[in-house]
Amino acid sequence: MKEKIESLKAAFPHTIPVFTGFTFLGIAYGILMNSKGYGVGWTALMSFIVFTGASQYLAITFLTTAFNPLYALLMTIMVSARHLFYGISLLDKFKGTGALKPYLIFGLCDETFSIVHSSEPPEGVDRNWFMFFITALNHFYWVAGSALGAFLGSMVSFSIEGLDFVLTALFVVTFVEQWKSQENHMPAVIGVTCSALSLLAFGKDGFIIPAMISILVSLTLARGKKDKAASESGVLEEGIE
Amino acid sequence: MKLTTFEIVVIIAMVAFGTMITRFLPFAIFKGKNASNPYIDYLGKVLPYSAMGLLVVYCLKSVDLKGPSHGIPEAASILFIVLLHNWRRSTLLSIGGGTAMYMALVQTLF
Repeated sequence: MKEKIESLKAAFPHTIPVFTGFTFLGIAYGILMNSKGYGVGWTALMSFIVFTGASQYLAITFLTTAFNPLYALLMTIMVSARHLFYGISLLDKFKGTGALKPYLIFGLCDETFSIVHSSEPPEGVDRNWFMFFITALNHFYWVAGSALGAFLGSMVSFSIEGLDFVLTALFVVTFVEQWKSQENHMPAVIGVTCSALSLLAFGKDGFIIPAMISILVSLTLARGKKDKAASESGVLEEGIE
Repeated sequence: MKLTTFEIVVIIAMVAFGTMITRFLPFAIFKGKNASNPYIDYLGKVLPYSAMGLLVVYCLKSVDLKGPSHGIPEAASILFIVLLHNWRRSTLLSIGGGTAMYMALVQTLF
């Protein structure tokens, strides 16, 4: 029990930006759901079992147009396809997490990924419970925020226009942090370039899959090129770490 | 609210199922294999940095450079976030400051 409390204490500070972001975004989502006739119950249920902002916003359109479950499934897979990357990135980190693993994977949203990937718990804190509490806290913020939003509904009178930018801000800050922590900027540059070019070529509704394919191809080519040098310096780098 | 309760439940189940496919698939495919595969190991090391770049672009996908604001609020706010973060390196301050600036810009000037 004591070790779990220690893990929770260590995890909480990392989730504060997400707390702020998810509270505001969740409220905005709840207000939107409420305006379409879906109250606290539906909103909380949706946030609890789906737990992905972009698809939930998108799902509002599935819930307000003609019933088409197959379309809902395919669109969701398209929009959430980036989650495939997170899984591959965390294969190693989630190894040996035992009974917590299914929940860690279930709760792997963008924000949780960015924290889990970039933070290590302090000395003496259990790594698995640390990752569990980061996931669970973020999950809780999202459910609570969206339920609150659905509850507040039409009571809100101030303008929340532009509030959704909080997510962009979170990703930009994480990007800058990662940039500073890395000497090799190639993966970051490939990520932005391939995505931007795919967006230009395929438009906002169809660029995710081409972006992911071009990122994978570029990273693979970059590896082939540097393979010889990397296999030597890679060992050296790991030795220093 | 046009759908029946049953239809709503089906839609929510489909959206949840689609999301779970994308989250569980890599772990199902590479179950226990990654340690012995240098290529997957390499992807695991570099992909997070590419994925973050993809996420930033994803958030900005609806920005219309030819539209009335020409993407100026987004560009200015991101520049502000980067400068602010380089200066104080406080995650909360950078996110809060950038969002506040963006809200002020889109609600007043643009």
